[in-house]
Amino acid sequence: MFPFLLNRLVSLALSLLAASIVIFFVLEVVPGDPAAFMLGMNASPDTVAALRHQLGLDAPLLERYFYWLFGLFRGEFGISYTYRVPVAQLVGDRLWISLPLAIYALALSTLIAFPVGILAAARRNSAADVSIMGITQLGVAIPNFWLAMLLVLAFSIGLRWFSAGGFPGWNAGFLEGMKALTLPAVALALPQASILARVMRSSLLDTLSEDYIRSARAKGLTRRQTLWRHALRNALIPVLTIIGLQFSFLLAGAIIIENVFFLPGLGRLVFQGITQRDLIVVKSVVMILVFAVILVTFLVDMTYALVDPRLRRQA
Amino acid sequence: MRTSLVVLAVAGALIMSTALTPAYAQARTDVRVGLVLEPPNLDPTAGAAAAIDEVVYANIFEGLTRFDANGAIIPALAESWEISGDGLTYTFHLHSGVKFHDGTGFDAEDVKFSFDRARAEGSVNAQKALFADIASVDAVDPRTVRITLSRPNGNFLFNLAWGDAVIVAPESAETNATKPVGTGPFAFIEWQQGDHVDIARNPDYWGTPVRLEKATFKFIGDPTAAFAAMMAEDLDVFPNFAAPETLSQFASDPRFEVVVGSTEGETILAMNNSKPPLDNPKVREAIAHAIDRQAIIDGAMFGYGTPIGTHFAPHHPDYVDLTAISGYDPEKSKALLAEAGITDLTLSLKLPPVEGYARRGGEIIAQQLAAIGIKTETTNLEWAQWLEQVFTGRDFDLTIVSHTEPLDIGIYARGDYYFQYKSEAFNQIMADLGNETGPAERSELFKAAQTRIAEDFANGFLFQLAKAGVQNAKLKGMWVNAPTQATDLTGVYWEE
Repeated sequence: MFPFLLNRLVSLALSLLAASIVIFFVLEVVPGDPAAFMLGMNASPDTVAALRHQLGLDAPLLERYFYWLFGLFRGEFGISYTYRVPVAQLVGDRLWISLPLAIYALALSTLIAFPVGILAAARRNSAADVSIMGITQLGVAIPNFWLAMLLVLAFSIGLRWFSAGGFPGWNAGFLEGMKALTLPAVALALPQASILARVMRSSLLDTLSEDYIRSARAKGLTRRQTLWRHALRNALIPVLTIIGLQFSFLLAGAIIIENVFFLPGLGRLVFQGITQRDLIVVKSVVMILVFAVILVTFLVDMTYALVDPRLRRQA
Repeated sequence: MRTSLVVLAVAGALIMSTALTPAYAQARTDVRVGLVLEPPNLDPTAGAAAAIDEVVYANIFEGLTRFDANGAIIPALAESWEISGDGLTYTFHLHSGVKFHDGTGFDAEDVKFSFDRARAEGSVNAQKALFADIASVDAVDPRTVRITLSRPNGNFLFNLAWGDAVIVAPESAETNATKPVGTGPFAFIEWQQGDHVDIARNPDYWGTPVRLEKATFKFIGDPTAAFAAMMAEDLDVFPNFAAPETLSQFASDPRFEVVVGSTEGETILAMNNSKPPLDNPKVREAIAHAIDRQAIIDGAMFGYGTPIGTHFAPHHPDYVDLTAISGYDPEKSKALLAEAGITDLTLSLKLPPVEGYARRGGEIIAQQLAAIGIKTETTNLEWAQWLEQVFTGRDFDLTIVSHTEPLDIGIYARGDYYFQYKSEAFNQIMADLGNETGPAERSELFKAAQTRIAEDFANGFLFQLAKAGVQNAKLKGMWVNAPTQATDLTGVYWEE
C-alpha cells in the first residue's frame, strides 16, 4: 500500500505544480488592469500608477509568480486587490458556506437516490420502476436554476417559509444557517439525485445478471438476500465514481445557484473576482478548487479499495 | 460518514418543518436595504466604486460639507465658514464635541490630515482632482481650519461634499477599507463579505440622533433574485431596482411603493471626436439627428428617463433644454452625410456591461443609425475591458455610457479625455467659471458651457438616468433623487 500511496502523492504534487503555472500565466494574459478598474473614470494616470505600485503590480511577471507560488506553500494566498483582506480569509469565509452546502446537497441526493435506485432495480419493469424512470428523466432534464426559481416562488414568495436567499452567517445559529441553505441544497440535490438513482439502478441491474448472482439464487437465497448481500456492494463502484464527480461539481459549480439565492459562496467569489479583475483571488481560488478536485478523486480511489478487496491487493 | 449524513438530513427535515416568518408589532427601528453592487472596500477615499458611497456616505463618514436630498450643499462637520474677498481663503469653523466611532476626538488636525493625505503625491484617491487647487491646509486652532487655494474655485464647497472628501482619523485611516471609522450617526458593526454590511446607531453622535437603531445593506446583483427578495419581504427597500420591467407589479401591490426620481447620470452616446470621420462636426451632427431619444427610453429603460440635449442634469437650476438642437430628423441626417461626402460608413460600437442603457440601448441605436445608412459593429465588453480599450486605449468609434458624477461638464475641457473633444471656446468658459464666485455669473457660464457642447455635437446626448426604487409602503424618509450616489439613512423612519 505504501509505494502506491507515495506514487499517487508525487503525481498529485506534479499536477498541482502544472496547474499553478497554467492558472497564473493564463490569467496574466486576460486584458484589464485591476488598478484602473478600481479607480474608475475620473482618476488621473499618476493615481493609477500609485495604486499599481501599492498592489505590487509593477513587479516583473516571473518574480510575481514565484512570490505567489511560495506564498501558497506557506498557506498565504496574498491580499485581495479589491477587498484588501487576505485571500485566505475570504476563501475561509466562503468555504464555510460552499462546503456545508455541497455536503447538504450530496447527503440529500444520496438519501433520495439510493432507495429509489434500489427499488427501481429490484422491481424492474413494474409500475414503480416505470414511474421512477420517468420522474428521474425529468429530473435530469430540469436545469437546477429553474428549479431554484420555482422553489423560491413556492416557498419564499408564496408560503413565506424561507427567505428568498442570502445567508445570515453561522453566528446566527446552526439551524438558521441550515435553513438558509435548505432551498439551495434541494435545488442542487434533485437533479443530482435523478442522475445518481439512474446510475444506481442500471449498475444494480448489471450486477444482478452476473453468474455469481445466479449461483447465489441456486444455492437457495431469496431475491432479497442476494440483492442485499451480493449485488449491492458490487454495484457500488460506478455509483461512488459519480458521487465523487458530483461532490467536485457541487463545490465548484454551484455558482448559478449561488447567484439565484445570492449566497456568498466560492463560486460567486470567483465570478466577482473575474469581473473586478481581482486576479489574485481568482488564481488562488481556482488553485484551491483544483486541489480539492484532485483530493476528492484520490479519496474516491481509496474507497474503491475499501469496497473491492481485489483492488487493494493489486495496489 | 453514513451516520453524519443521516444527522444532516434529519436536521434539514426539522428545519423545513419549523420554518417561521417574523411578525412585527410596533413601529420598527431597523431597515434592510438592497443594493445591486457590493462595495469592494468601505473606504470612500480609496476607490471610485459608487457602491462604497452607497453604504458609507452620510451614514458612517462625513465631510466638512455634504449634499442634501435635493443636491444643495449644506454644512456637515463645518458649522459655518467664511470666504475671503479674493476667493482664495476658506476659513471653516468646526462643530465641537465630535468624536470618531473609536472614541478618538475630532479636531482641525484631522481635517488637515485628511486633505493632505488625499492630495499627496502617492495618494490613491480616485477624485484627486477635487483637491488640485488647494495650496495649503492649516489648523488655526482645534476648531478652526484655514484652507488656502492657489486659484479661486467656485466649486470648492461642492467638491468638499463628495464622498471622496470625507474626514478620516490618522489612527484609523489605514484600516477604513475593512473597518471604517468615521464621525457619522451610524457606526460600522460587521461586514459579511459577499452578503451584507450591518451598521447601528452611534449613541455619541454630535448632531441630531437618527431614529433607526440598526440598518443592514444586502448585496443582490441578480435582478430576479432582487425581485424575489422584495416580494418575500426579506428587504424593506431597494433604492436602485435593477428590473424595471417588474416595477408595475410592485406599483399595483399595496405593500409596496415605487419611487421614481432623478440621478446625476447623463447617459451619452460618446463619439471619438479625434478619429475620422467623427472629427468632422457634420458627421457627428448627422448621428445626433438620427437618434430618437424617446424610443431608447421606452425600449431600453421601460419609459424611465428624461431626454437631455447636453451634458447637464435636468433637475439642476441652471439646466437649459437643448434637445431641439439635436432633434430626431433622419432626413436631415442623410443630407448632412451626403454633404460630408460619406457614402459607406461602418462604425464600431463598444458597449459596457449594463443591461439597460448600454446593451438594450445599443441595439436600438444600431437600428436608428442603420436607418440613415451607417452600419455598426457592436462589441459587448466587461468593465475592465471597456476601461482598457475605450476609456484608456481610445480604440472605439462609439460607446454608450452614463456619467454619474455630479456636475461633471468639466470633463469636456480635458482635451485628452476618452471622447477627445477639444474646444478653445469651451475651455475658456470653464476657466472663467473657475475664477467666478458670483451666483448669477456662474449660472450664465454654466448655460454657455451647455450650449457650446450641444452646438458642437460633442457627443450624442441621450437621457438622464432615472432612479427607480421599490420600498415598503410604510418606510419614510428615503431620498427620492440621487444628487450623489448615496443611501442616506439619517432621516429614515417607519410609519406606525
